[in-house]
Amino acid sequence: MGIADADMTFIAREVKARSGQVIGPDKLYLLETRLAPLARKETLASVGELLTAARLRRDERLIWQITDALTTNETHFFRDRQPFALLRDRIVPELQQARPQGRVRIWCAGASTGQEPFSIALMLDEIRAEGRGVEAEIVATDISERVLEKARAGLYSQFEVQRGLPIRMLVRHFEKVGELWRIADRIRAMVRFQRFNMLDDLRPLGAFDIVLCRNVLGGFDPDARRATLEKVAAQLAPDGALILGAAESTVGVTDAFMPEGGYYRRTAPPAPAATVAA
Amino acid sequence: MRTCLVVDDSRVIRKVARRILEDLRFRVEEAGDGLEALTFCRKAMPEAVLLDWNMPVMSGIDFLRALRKERGGESPIVVFCTTENDIDHISEAIKAGADEYIMKPFDGDILQSKFIEAGLLTHEAA
Repeated sequence: MGIADADMTFIAREVKARSGQVIGPDKLYLLETRLAPLARKETLASVGELLTAARLRRDERLIWQITDALTTNETHFFRDRQPFALLRDRIVPELQQARPQGRVRIWCAGASTGQEPFSIALMLDEIRAEGRGVEAEIVATDISERVLEKARAGLYSQFEVQRGLPIRMLVRHFEKVGELWRIADRIRAMVRFQRFNMLDDLRPLGAFDIVLCRNVLGGFDPDARRATLEKVAAQLAPDGALILGAAESTVGVTDAFMPEGGYYRRTAPPAPAATVAA
Repeated sequence: MRTCLVVDDSRVIRKVARRILEDLRFRVEEAGDGLEALTFCRKAMPEAVLLDWNMPVMSGIDFLRALRKERGGESPIVVFCTTENDIDHISEAIKAGADEYIMKPFDGDILQSKFIEAGLLTHEAA
């Protein structure tokens, strides 16, 4: 019972250093609910003991597992709906027109258990079925190897497939495996899952036309949020689109983006300072 | 206020569904089997029907096929809500004219999500 201040300070610092997520006092409830299963797995009596063990042993593996458990975001298919309608009806068609031969590169940052990248894949597949072929590559990243494992398997519970997924899509693109539902190989093959930390150098991921970074930056402190958004801007095509979570915005955080009805576009990089005429 | 007819032979399920639907601002009517539901619809077509599959007297799927042949029977949005959770049953329901399909057990989130899919609620109102 109870979490020592020293353990709390330690774990907050370690989680922030690894993931950017700030675990403030308001997140105390998260510690108990998210870490209790891990404590049990480690055969420790409580979350308090788990944190003490991580601090005293400086156990890297344990600290990562704690980070993992505290930073996983809730997700479901076609979450908030509107961004996907925007992608289907506006963003993807415009990019297609601008790149008649090329493929559209999409990055889902904080992809969690895969519902978001698969929603995009499903949406692109439906566009294709309507005869508007679109060449796309979807890269889905998350800091947590555990959630990516589930994402790669493409297996979802009955509860998960009933949140946000229209029944016709379920019938068309999933098969029932025991009590679970597996997404079709055709859809699974459209997404490449990769473990990646948003705090790292983004350049190895390459350039993107569309970036979804929804409900990822909320837990970052303001400096980390600005720095990350500016790194994202550098990887985004000049006519590319950034989509954030419903309650998030770049406004007041960075000038690298400007809002454009539900999503964000890059602003032109600042012009070089004009020479002062004498 | 729009009406949703809840068709289920379980009084408990009807009660649970009623509470969720009233929160979503529907007027709720109840029927204990397909025939009762059909009788209700012949008097006044509801905007929505939440429909169980296995019921005495007349099953949900038989009710749906009969409803879609009634005058005005194409207008209600029908959402199945049943323990039948295999592809065959779901496909049969869609073919018979169901708009959405809930696999029991369900909760308020699932019902709301499915009513949005079926066009009975907007995302903003949710």
